[in-house]
Amino acid sequence: MWLLNSSVGRKVVMSLSGVFLILFLLFHLAMNITAVFSAEAYNMICELLGSNWYALLGTAVLAGGFGVHMVMALWLTWQNLQARGSSRYAVSDRPKNVSWSSQNMFVIGLVVCGFLLLHFAQFWYHMMFAELIGYHEVEVGGKMIGTTDGASFINYYFSHLWVVIAYLIWYVALWLHLTHGLWSALQTVGLSNRIWINRWKVITYVVATLICGGFGFVTLFFYIKSLLS
Amino acid sequence: MDKDINIKLKVWRQRGPKERGHFESYSLKGISQGSSFLEMLDVLNEQLVSEGKEPITFDHDCREGICGMCSLYINGHPHGPDTEITTCQLHMRKFEDGAEITVEPWRSAGFPVIRDLMVDRYAYDKIIQAGGFVSVNTGGVPDANAIPIPKRDAEEAMDAAACIGCGACAAACKNGSAMLFVSAKVSQLSLLPQGKVEAARRAQAMIAKMDELGFGNCTNTRACEAECPKGVSISHIARLNREFIKANLAD
Repeated sequence: MWLLNSSVGRKVVMSLSGVFLILFLLFHLAMNITAVFSAEAYNMICELLGSNWYALLGTAVLAGGFGVHMVMALWLTWQNLQARGSSRYAVSDRPKNVSWSSQNMFVIGLVVCGFLLLHFAQFWYHMMFAELIGYHEVEVGGKMIGTTDGASFINYYFSHLWVVIAYLIWYVALWLHLTHGLWSALQTVGLSNRIWINRWKVITYVVATLICGGFGFVTLFFYIKSLLS
Repeated sequence: MDKDINIKLKVWRQRGPKERGHFESYSLKGISQGSSFLEMLDVLNEQLVSEGKEPITFDHDCREGICGMCSLYINGHPHGPDTEITTCQLHMRKFEDGAEITVEPWRSAGFPVIRDLMVDRYAYDKIIQAGGFVSVNTGGVPDANAIPIPKRDAEEAMDAAACIGCGACAAACKNGSAMLFVSAKVSQLSLLPQGKVEAARRAQAMIAKMDELGFGNCTNTRACEAECPKGVSISHIARLNREFIKANLAD
């Protein structure tokens, strides 16, 4: 199968799984923005998804895409280290036009994964997972919160400064990852040329800033709200 | 105005492919800034020979930037700190008096060191042999108006054909990827009517050979493009990807 047996094929898999994850981020952002306008509307989405079969199916597909992206990252990075050879340059200098993030995608990806675990522990574990093992309420911060009461989770976690700072660092790492990832993915699947490379780069920065700025806005909104109440 | 400068050199010395290499330091006095980098190395070698020491081995041939033989990694850049030139076109006026210059060979699994600063770049020839040609005799040079070719395609093919196969792309790449080279060698043919016929097969054969020889996977860092002495653009890599994907979908 050329998608696994050739370098370009493996990169196509990497690119398509990455673009899929970006589409999910846009969907996730749309949900979060809802919470700013109405806690009820947000909880409605949480109930709608909950642990229903279609939400589980969606989560499974998402986890699959994420798994493919990670396995490919490990595989490609390992191969690239081999191709670089055993002896390293004594002096190396990053040329202009080469972004720092483009040369550190694997490390930035690891940072993103690290914060993702925190996010899972705080939200997914208490919401979808708790429901799956038969709970409808969980104790968070000394209070019982319903597993589909997403708004209460947001209010609780984003009232803690360390959580807010951790999430903001997460968004910066994600932004760095996306600013190289999106245009690079489109270049890999061949949708680029001398003119479009610059257009894709602009689109990439707009999308990355929209996603990470949007998440950052929601996080800060709830932190400030917690300070005022 | 060009002056005479004193410099310190840190040069990679390695007696053979299997030997362990190390850096050795040399001082040179009164080097004219008007001399080329390779002339400076010639001066150093003269000095070493007169002291009864082994001269430094390095690749060079035409010394006018078209053969692709010279291959030094100078102060963290293939072909040195200047842009769009080969090592032989680098002049000592790019360095100040008292400068410390580190000279290393290309370091990539695809380019094993033969001795000192000379590496084996036969891998690139093997990639060309896998498909970088037109199989039929296309005759002599036809009249310019015999086969109409859009100006844009002709320019793109010519830009790709500027590649001299020096290996700076793979040497600069943190992934040791040869994609810029392969894409240039594919584009220079596939954009033109004589080369278009075999475009799909060529892309597949050359990528397969590149992978087999252990070059890495391109992650679009653009370091190759920045260091290429001929300014070959990564838009050729997008074209190669496109052709390779199309060819495999058609199979």
